[in-house]
Parts: sequence; structure tokens; C-alpha cells
Amino acid sequence: MATTDPSLQTGSLTGTLTAVRRLAPYFATVAARTWKGSVVSAFLSPIFYVLAMGVLLGGFIEVDPDRLEGAGTYLAFIVPGLVAGHAMQTAVADTSWPVFSNFKWNRVYDSMVATPITVRQVALGHLAYVTVRVTLVCAVFDLVVAPFDVYGAWWGPVAALGAQALTGLLFATWMYGFSCRIETDAAFGVVFRLVVFPLFLFSGAFFPVANLGAVGERIAQVTPLWHGVNLSRMLSLDRVDGPTALVNVTVLVLLSAAGLVWAVTGLERRMAR
Amino acid sequence: MVRARGLRKSFGTEGKGEGVFEAVRGIDLEVRRGEAFGFLGPNGAGKSSTMRMVAAVSPVTAGELRILGLDPATDGAAIRARLGVCPQEDTLDTELDVRDNLVVYARYFGIGRAAARARADELLELVSLADKARAKVDDLSGGMKRRLTIARSLVNRPDLLLLDEPTTGLDPQARHVLWDQLFRLKQQGVTLVITTHYMDEAEQLCDRLVVMDKGVVAAEGSPAELIRQHSSREVAELRFGHAGGDGPDPHELHAEQVADLADRVEVLPDRLLVYTADGDAVVEAVHARGLRPVATLVRRSTLEDVFLRLTGRTLVD
Repeated sequence: MATTDPSLQTGSLTGTLTAVRRLAPYFATVAARTWKGSVVSAFLSPIFYVLAMGVLLGGFIEVDPDRLEGAGTYLAFIVPGLVAGHAMQTAVADTSWPVFSNFKWNRVYDSMVATPITVRQVALGHLAYVTVRVTLVCAVFDLVVAPFDVYGAWWGPVAALGAQALTGLLFATWMYGFSCRIETDAAFGVVFRLVVFPLFLFSGAFFPVANLGAVGERIAQVTPLWHGVNLSRMLSLDRVDGPTALVNVTVLVLLSAAGLVWAVTGLERRMAR
Repeated sequence: MVRARGLRKSFGTEGKGEGVFEAVRGIDLEVRRGEAFGFLGPNGAGKSSTMRMVAAVSPVTAGELRILGLDPATDGAAIRARLGVCPQEDTLDTELDVRDNLVVYARYFGIGRAAARARADELLELVSLADKARAKVDDLSGGMKRRLTIARSLVNRPDLLLLDEPTTGLDPQARHVLWDQLFRLKQQGVTLVITTHYMDEAEQLCDRLVVMDKGVVAAEGSPAELIRQHSSREVAELRFGHAGGDGPDPHELHAEQVADLADRVEVLPDRLLVYTADGDAVVEAVHARGLRPVATLVRRSTLEDVFLRLTGRTLVD
């Protein structure tokens, strides 16, 4: 049963795909253990948001759709941004303690790399799992709010889901690399309060970034989340501006690629100790 | 199975203000097929660092290392596919049950689902945990966790099994159960590499071993050879009471008085070790000189004595 199959030659794409497939039963088992909680929160979060932001807060807001980037209602305006923000938060949460614990406390990574699977493949496998989970969570969100007439076209949420998944991947990679480089988990609190929360508030999910003034708008537009929010919203409302969408996609893809390198090197450094 | 020449491992990088720590400072060794090979040494001797290099998870800093004839720098995955690793600290997944720990681990090696399940059941039987298959890992005793870790390391039918401090933290009974199982694996032809800081474990399990201290190999041989080369046949342990108050250490004092009776005398904080071919004769002679130790014990030399001789320190302090 001892295998020396060539598909596990490290570095090759086949090798990596094989390794990711071999890690899948582990992540499936982890997911199976927590699926009830995940499903409940996946359905409840959007309902809470719609109720609080869309119905209760949105009831006070009546503006010209042109000032809401083309959204007919405040709810339709915030939904795509909320889902992108939700993708960020889910990705960051899934790559903070769960990653830290895997090399620091329960040492699951140690047991993985004692097998033919390499450190790089472990990082990529874990990120693939997080991205799939974020995508499912966002899909549920998109689905739950669908009856509230928030989409500009039927394919809007489908295309927006791609933007949301990409946003999740981007934040998952960067948080993953960060988790690999810290010594104590106290650093997570700082990141959540000083990075994740402000990004969520000021990256255009809740109000058009034009409201921030010329300078504020420029600042908001260089945050990675804004690109996710904006792309998600344009697709969701079927109001796509080609050049802007291209910029959004390019930024998300490039930052995700850089994040992947940051994540993989982070775990490699950590595991080489 | 394993061949090392001038093997080194350092941690930290120069010029980063961290300082460089040399855990392994140039060791040579050769592990042969079918034998049980041991690394004996105190904590911090470099055993675990060596083990991690042999497990092809920790890059070699310098020197040459071949595992199963392969170079870990280029063929790490292929090497690890044929190794079983039982790490010092249990890395079991506490969130999975006992059987799933084995099944999921088997899948890492590319073993299919049905085969992985069959193998898990077979291994649970082997380590007498079949009735715990659905138990939570956290509900297992320390000895059971160790046995599960060993079962997990066998999932891919390894050619070479690496055991890092396999019985540390276990009670005597659990240790004997484990030794028995390791002995049976060896009978089946599995090559074992074991690190330990217990001399009794090294004597029980190892055909051949190296004594490690401060990152270097201090001696190499079978337990019997090492004892023959570096110690006397017997040891008389003499314990003297304090004269009272803060007087000089009685053991230092008496060491000079018995020095001529023995090949060698070692002073420990609580006793004198007198190395000789005939321990009973030494004890008699000590009494004949009017010395009155509060306790005496005559025993055979052990690897502990070898270590003391080679390094001037005890293994477990």
C-alpha cells in the first residue's frame, strides 16, 4: 500500500491536485462535524441583515436610484456589498484560529506533512476548502435575499457570486499568511478591530463611497474590499461598467495571487522550524 | 535504510539578531534493514531534530542524508510515502473520533476509502483499541493515545517506523504494553528508529544505538557493547547520610576513601556510584573500613552509567 506514485512529485499541478483531493476527506469530516451550526448561521445571517439593514434602516432611506449606484431600493444597494463583506469576514474567520491551531495547538498540519503531502499542498488544500465554504455561504446569502427583488437580472447573483468567491479567496490568502507569521493569537483581535471591521464599514457596502468626499472616496477605492463590493454590486444590479469591472477583477486576481504566495511561504517558514 | 554523514541542523539565521542554535552538529550514522536503532540522550541532545530530518519534514542544514536510498531534499514525498512517523507529542485530531483519525490519515497516502476503513479496523485490532473505535480521542488515556498514534503511523505499511520518545509520560504498565507491540512489529520485519531518554527503553528495544549529547554522537554500539566498553560489569551504589547541618557533602568526602577499591567512582548529589567487576566485594570492603552507608545496592551497569561516563551528566534530571 506504500505508494510512490509520480503524481505526488511535488511542484507539479497534477501532484498538487492529487494532494488536495487526498486532503478533502479531512476537510469533509471537519465540515460534517459542524454542518448544523454552519447551515443555521448561513441562513440566519442574511435574514438578520435584511431585517435590520434593509427593512428597518432602509425604511428611513428614500433616495434617487442614481445616488445609490442604480439600485432601486436601499436593500438592493446593500445586499451585494454585504455579501462581499460577509465573504471577507467568513474567509478571515476561517483562516485565523483554525489555521493557527493547526500548527500551534492540535498540530494537525504536523500529521499532514508527515505523509507524502507537502507543506505547500497543505496550505493550498486548506485555502481551497475555505474558498469553497465561503462560496457556499455567499450562495445561501444570495439565495435567501432573492425574493426581495434585489437583482437587476437573473444572472446577476450568479455572476456576483464569482466576485464574492474571489473576494473570499483574496482575504483568506492574506489572513492565512498572517496567521502563519504571528506568535500569539492575541494579534487576531487587533486585525479584526483595526482592519476587518473598518474595511467592512467603509468599503462601500453600506453607502456609496462618493459620500466620503473626494479624498475619502479615493482611499476607499484602493481597499481590496471595495473592489469586491463594487464588482459584486455592478453584476448584481446588472449595471456593469466595463473598464471599472476590468480594474476590479484585475485587482482581486493580482492580490489573490500575491496572497497565495504570502500564505504558502508563511506556512513553509512556520513548518520549517 | 538511513545513512547520514556529517549531518547538521541549525535554527535561526545569522545577522538577524536571533543567534544561531546548532541542534545537530555533524553526526554520522547508518540504520540497517530490520533492526531497531536508537538515539539515546537527554532532552535537548538533538534527537528530535535528527528525527525530523530523517522524517523528511525538516530540511538538512549541512551534510549528507539518505533515507531509503533517497535524498529528502528532492524526494521528500516519495520518502514520506514509505515512512511511519510517531511524533513526540500526539498530533491526533481531537475533533475526530478514534477510527476517523486512522481513516482520514490513510487517505493522505492515497489509500481509497474502502481500503482505508478496512486498514483502520485492522490496526485498531492490532493495538487493542477496536472497542474504542467510535470514542473521542480526548476520552482516551495517555497510553491509548500513544497506541492510536502508533496505529496511525502503520497505516501505509511503512518500511521504516520512526518513534520519537514513544513512551514519555506513560505509566509503567502502559509502557510495557507498548514495548511488547513494538517488539512484535520488529519481529515482522519493520525497521524501527527510536529516540528516548530512558535507558531501560533503549536496552529493551534497541539492537544498536547512538548516545547523543549536545548535538553530537558520543558513542555507538549495541547496548551490551556500550556497557562493556564504557562501564564496569557491576556498580555498587552507596548512600551516606548527612553528618548534620551544613557540613561538607558526605558523598564527596567518602568518594576519596573508596577510590582505591574501584575502577572509577562517580559522585551524584544523593549517592556514590562505585564501578567495579564485583560489587558485593566492594560493599564488604567499604564496611571493613568502618564506613557506614545508610543504604547500599549492587547492580549491573546500565546505559545510564555509560551516559554518565561519556558526558559527566545523568540522562534524566
